[in-house]
Order: sequence, then structure tokens, then C-alpha cells
Amino acid sequence: MSEVTLQAWRSNSLLAFHRKMLRDKPLGGIGGLIFALFLFCGIFADLIAPYGMNETDMRRVLQAPSLAHWMGTDHIGRDVFSRILHGAQLSVIIGFLAAGLATILSIVLGVLTGYFGGKADMLIQRFVDAWMTFPDLVLLIVVVSIVGPGKGQIIIILGCLYGIAGSRIIRGSTIAVRENMYTHAAQSMGATTLHILWFHVLPNVMPVVIVLFTTRVGAVILAEAGLSFLGLGIPPPVPSWGSMLSGGGRTYMYVGPWLALAPGLALTVVVYSINVYGDALRDMLDPRMRGR
Amino acid sequence: MSDNNILEVKDLQVHFPVTEGLLKRRVGSIAAVNGVSFHIKRGETFSLVGESGCGKSTTALSVLKMQSVTGGQIIFDGKDITQHSPGQMRRIRQKMQMVYQDPFGSLNPRMKIGSIIGEPLRIHGLAGDKEQYHARIASLMKTVGLLKDMAERYPHEFSGGQRQRICIARALALDPKLIICDEPVSALDVSIQAQVVNLLMDLQERLGLTYLFIAHDLSVVRHISNRVAVMYLGKIVEEADRDTLFRTPKHPYTKALLAAVPEADPELEAQRAEQLIIGEIPSLRSPPSGCTFHTRCSQALPTCKQYEPSPRTDGSSTIACHLYT
Ligand SMILES: Nc1ncnc2c1ncn2[C@@H]1O[C@H](COP(=O)(O)OP(=O)(O)O)[C@@H](O)[C@H]1O
Ligand code: SF4
Ligand SMILES: [Mg+2]
Repeated sequence: MSEVTLQAWRSNSLLAFHRKMLRDKPLGGIGGLIFALFLFCGIFADLIAPYGMNETDMRRVLQAPSLAHWMGTDHIGRDVFSRILHGAQLSVIIGFLAAGLATILSIVLGVLTGYFGGKADMLIQRFVDAWMTFPDLVLLIVVVSIVGPGKGQIIIILGCLYGIAGSRIIRGSTIAVRENMYTHAAQSMGATTLHILWFHVLPNVMPVVIVLFTTRVGAVILAEAGLSFLGLGIPPPVPSWGSMLSGGGRTYMYVGPWLALAPGLALTVVVYSINVYGDALRDMLDPRMRGR
Repeated sequence: MSDNNILEVKDLQVHFPVTEGLLKRRVGSIAAVNGVSFHIKRGETFSLVGESGCGKSTTALSVLKMQSVTGGQIIFDGKDITQHSPGQMRRIRQKMQMVYQDPFGSLNPRMKIGSIIGEPLRIHGLAGDKEQYHARIASLMKTVGLLKDMAERYPHEFSGGQRQRICIARALALDPKLIICDEPVSALDVSIQAQVVNLLMDLQERLGLTYLFIAHDLSVVRHISNRVAVMYLGKIVEEADRDTLFRTPKHPYTKALLAAVPEADPELEAQRAEQLIIGEIPSLRSPPSGCTFHTRCSQALPTCKQYEPSPRTDGSSTIACHLYT
């Protein structure tokens, strides 16, 4: 790896790293800022939200955005802004848990198959091939219709789905690290395999892991919204951005366009921000991608 | 006699399979190391020289059992380790350490220098308490000429020569009985090479180290070695003490190798051209019959094509060549 990259990666201060990103990759930097804002809103939704997420007020149905209701109200008088915030919370929870599960799965599968190779690796790779030829959505719909909708199910399904696909990427970088002389040197010093995996392989695939995790958060949020839109995700009345779009959003689109616009825009902006942030992370952490 | 030897290698064979196609069908094998025998006495530097691809690294890795051995015997410190399991080898590797050619690749870029040098201690549970551990690292760094405060820095902040010092310090951490140096200076600038070679020699004197030294640069070998073995296509063709080998080389290949070192004297330089080795190194997949050097030997006899010469002792050299039978 180039020295510049390693310095950037090692700079103890996360803040300095992101300041550099804002300077060198402004789009990614702004994406990162929006991502951070999204996290903040999600985590503190209960404190920030001016109204309860299911607090109805039949005197104020389908009101256009105003000072009292920044994003208007829906067909049963709930504050859309508050619901968007709680939707963000749901997205943060599902995004981080499912992407976390996916990443752990990718690391375990990818590092083990990449490091040990051999027949087991060949078999697992054929399985991954088969897995990846299924369209995600079809797989999701089939599984959800078997196990039923719900937060836990969604997290596990999305985690497995992206985890298996992502193991390829981790496997590739593990092979690259394994071929390095320093893993060889550790072995010749008498290190156990566990020692080599923990102290040499893992730290060196970490940049790839971070990028993978970040982009997966975006992918999972989008997938959850898609499932909820189809009624296969989070059951109402929990405000998922996806079900907000399909529920009130679609039905009252012409009388209250804000009902569809709010979750639609939130979803677009957040997922797009995470993606450009992930791209910038990758560029800054991977010397081969520098300058593209 | 065996007490005197830290390492004895007898008739070592390492064959690699040659495979073809998707299914990795085995279609043959190459003998990267083909009947190599040598011994190393405690406290000496024994060198293996030869052109790239002749099997030097494979021999070294076999000694560490990092490479599985096809045949022969490896006796280290009085114990036959040929059949040792990986677990047993872990303990043996405490006593033999390796310094690699590439000082950039052999250091983990995400570890600090101090942690790199202390790694062998941690691996073998010999780190002791924090104070002892840091004191040991500091003293190792001092031994190889690094400053104590460099411990907190990362490998990329160092030059090739300094990195090789780090590798040497790491190799010294466990007080090994044998240090294997596989082309330790080949990747360094010529001006730095001498410093590192001198450091190795200086350490040997101070700490009584034993080296298996691998190189293709004969001037370095001449400087550091006590005894030298010349390898060609997986075999040792001549072995002698340093002075004998460099003053009176006997095997035609040794002579040709020595002649390939440029001479300052123009008259000698003119002679040198005549002795240069002709032709390419033959492929290990289909090695020449008889003496494997016959395709390039300027003194080849008719028998050379048919019969393999067996090693003979002549004076203080051991030579495998029909000219000396
Ligand atoms: N893992 C391996 N698989 C197949 N062939 C190998 C392997 N390692 C080395 N070889 C072959 O063995 C021969 C000797 O290699 P090596 O010991 O590295 O030579 P040297 O160190 O003298 O340059 C070379 O022809 C090389 O291609
Ligand atoms: S045995 Fe024959 S071919 Fe081989 S080195 Fe001696 S003279 Fe040359
Ligand atoms: Mg080599």
C-alpha cells in the first residue's frame, strides 16, 4: 500500500481524516456529513421529534407543511416530520444491525476461505456463485413470505444475503494479504494460524471491511424500504420510510404530495450520501483507486 | 562431530508437482532440490550460492519445514526434525529464525516497529512483564543500531537498510541458534549492503551467531562466509572453505561464476570473457542427462552426458565433476 494511504488510514484522528476527505473528495465529504446527520436524527429521534410517531389528531388531517408541521400531516393527522425521524431510527437500527451481521459473516467466510483455500474453499465459492445468481428481491420475497415480516427477520435475511455476497471481496483481499511476506515471516517465527489471522490478516483487510460495511448500510436501508413498500417488511404502525411511501404516500399522493415526497426524498438523499461517502472512503483507503 | 554441528542436511529432496488444466492433473514433477547434503558448524557462516532458481530458497525453507520435504533428512541441534509435526516445529522455530530478502514485504505495515521486534517473544509467550518486554525491545534495537524512540514508528517511515536492521532485531529476539539469511542484502542499495553485511558479521562476533547465508552476489559471500557451497539445478556442485573456493575454484561452474564477477584488471577482464557461461539455464522440468551442467560446460567430456558425477573430496574441496574423479 502506498505510504500516503497508510498515513491517512492511521491518522489517529477520525476528524482529521474526514477533514481531508472534505478537501480532497468534497462530494464524499458532504455525503459523510449527511450520513452523520442521519445517524444523529435516528439515534435521538425520540428527543428531536416534536410529536409522537403515532400521535393522531383528526382535526389536522392532510395539512400542508407549515411551521407547526414542517413536513405536513398525514391522513390521520400524524406529524410527517416526526414519523420521518422515527423512520430514520428504524433505518439506522436495521441498517447497522443487518450490515453488521453481513460484515461479520463476510469476514468469517471470506477470511477463512481466502486464507485456507483448498477443496472447502472451492465448494463454498460454487455455493456463493449460485447464491449470487438469484435476484436479491426474489430471494427476499420468497423468504419473507415463508417466515413472515418483522424487524428480526429482515435483519437476519438481509444480513445473510449481503454477507454471503460480500465474502468474495474479503476473500480476495485475504488472499492478497496471505501472499505477503510478513504472514510468511510470522509463520517462520512459529506463530499459530490464529495469531496470523488476528494480528496480520485482519488488520490488513480492515480498510476493505470498513468500506464494505458502509456501502452495505445504504444497500440494506434501501432493501428494507423496498420490502416495507411491498408490505413484506416492517408491519405498521411502525413508520418505515418504505411503508410510509406505499401507505399514505401512494393513496393521498394527489391531495398531499408531501406524504410521498418526504419519505422518498429522505430515502434518496440518505442512500445516495452513504454511497458517495463509501466511494470516497474506498478511494482514500485503496491506493489503486486513487485519482480516479 | 554431530555436537559440533547445529544443522545437518542429508540428501535433501524437494519435488514440486507440475499440474495441467483445470483439474490440476499432475503431469510430472520438478526436483527443485535434488540430493543436497551439507552441515553447518556452530558459530560459522555457511553460504549457499548459485544463479536464481537453483533451489537455494527452497533448501532454506525446507530447513525451517516451511516447505514440505520429499526425501532426505534434516538434523537440527542433534534432533532429526524431518518428521516433526507443525506443533513440534513451532517450538523448533524458536531456535531458528529467518531474515528475508525483501525488507519492505516482510514487515507488517500496520504494526509499530517495537511490536514487530517483540512479536517472536509474544508468539512464544516469552514477553514477560511489561517492563521486561520493553527493556528487551530497547536492547534489541540498540544491538542493531536503531534508536529507542523508533519503536513507536511504522515500517514505511524507514529506509531499506533500516528495515533490514528491524528484521535482524526481530530475528535476534529469541536468541536463535541458527539464523537463515535468504539474500538479505540483494534488495538494498550497494552502499547500504556493506553496512548490513558488516552488522551481521559484527553481531556474529559479539553474540556467537550461526548463519546459513544465501546469496548470488559472490563478493558479499566472500566477505562473510567461512564455508561456501555452490548450487546448480538443485544440487551442490562444489563445497569448500571460503579461501579455497575463491582462490582455487575447481568445478567448471564455480570457475564460470567467479569469472562472471567483473575484474578491474583489463588483462584478467579479457580472460574472463572466455570463461563466461554459455547459454541459458536448462529447465528443471527436463534437466539434462548425466552432469546437468554439461549443456553449458566448456570442458565437458563425452561421459558427462551419460553419467552423473558423484561428489569427491579433492584437497579441501568437495566437487561433483568428472574432471576430478
Ligand atoms: N511453491 C513452488 N511450487 C512450484 N515450484 C516452485 C515453488 N517454489 C519454488 N519453485 C521452483 O523451484 C525452483 C527453485 O526455486 P528457489 O528455491 O526459489 O530458487 P532460488 O532461491 O535459488 O532462486 C525454481 O525453478 C522455482 O520455480
Ligand atoms: S562433469 Fe563434465 S559437464 Fe559436468 S562440470 Fe564436470 S566437466 Fe563439465
Ligand atoms: Mg531465492
